[in-house]
Amino acid sequence: MWGQQVVFWLLAIAMGAAAIGVVRSRDVVHSVLFLVVVLAGAAAQYILLAAEFVAWVQVLIYIGAVVVLFLFGVMLTRSPMGHDSNRLDNDQRWAAGVVALLIFGVLTALLVDAFGGQQINFGPELVAQGSPQAIGSDLFRTFIVPFEVVSMLLLAALVGAVVMARKD
Amino acid sequence: MTEFYREYLAVAVLIGAALALVGLMLGVGKLIRPVRPQADKYITYEAGSDPVGGWGQSNVRYYVYALLFVIFDVEAVFIFPWAVGLEPLGIFGLVEMVVFILILVLGLVYAWRKGVLRWA
Repeated sequence: MWGQQVVFWLLAIAMGAAAIGVVRSRDVVHSVLFLVVVLAGAAAQYILLAAEFVAWVQVLIYIGAVVVLFLFGVMLTRSPMGHDSNRLDNDQRWAAGVVALLIFGVLTALLVDAFGGQQINFGPELVAQGSPQAIGSDLFRTFIVPFEVVSMLLLAALVGAVVMARKD
Repeated sequence: MTEFYREYLAVAVLIGAALALVGLMLGVGKLIRPVRPQADKYITYEAGSDPVGGWGQSNVRYYVYALLFVIFDVEAVFIFPWAVGLEPLGIFGLVEMVVFILILVLGLVYAWRKGVLRWA
């Protein structure tokens, strides 16, 4: 659909610009704020794909929790909030650019190879598929074991965090 | 489908209105305010006293709380799809969710026993 294409490209350009802002910003806190824009753009892309639940999970977990974690991590570092342009820059920027281009190329080739000719059928059933009800019935009927394994994974993360905290 | 997008169009309009309002207020303020720059005016405001430079390294305890918050946020996300489909999922879903929460409560008890939750 034509309207979706327009919105997709608007979001994609905004996300790309914000992603460049993350690595180019001279203030680490600004980098984190740019990251919020990128993550919010990803959430909007999910909405565009009618994956409503995934979109709001993206907002809740990534913008709500992971970014808070990043901010605390930044505050833990000793570096002053200086506007010293050399502090966050080094000679590896070209190597980093090459790596980024390579990753982009490989991912694009893989995605085109895997889903190149396929079309998503936009309709009410796609919206229903992305609703929390549908995901809940998948999760609690089909994927019971993976769901319970997730709780073990979270438990491991929790214990790891506690052990890390005890060290100080 | 169009119904779904129309609902989110309202969200987009709201976001646009919020951005426009902020831009408008700051823009009008910039237009009508007097500009007399002084070095003192650009110091960070800190409750009337001069700020003490730099940023203090924050306590690692804050980081632990943030980490615990992320874990329980992920737990909450799994509870939502269960809560909206409570009736069709029935007793079996309830048992699954109780097991899920109990395993995580185990972790919380561990954190409690290790004294991480106490602000010493």
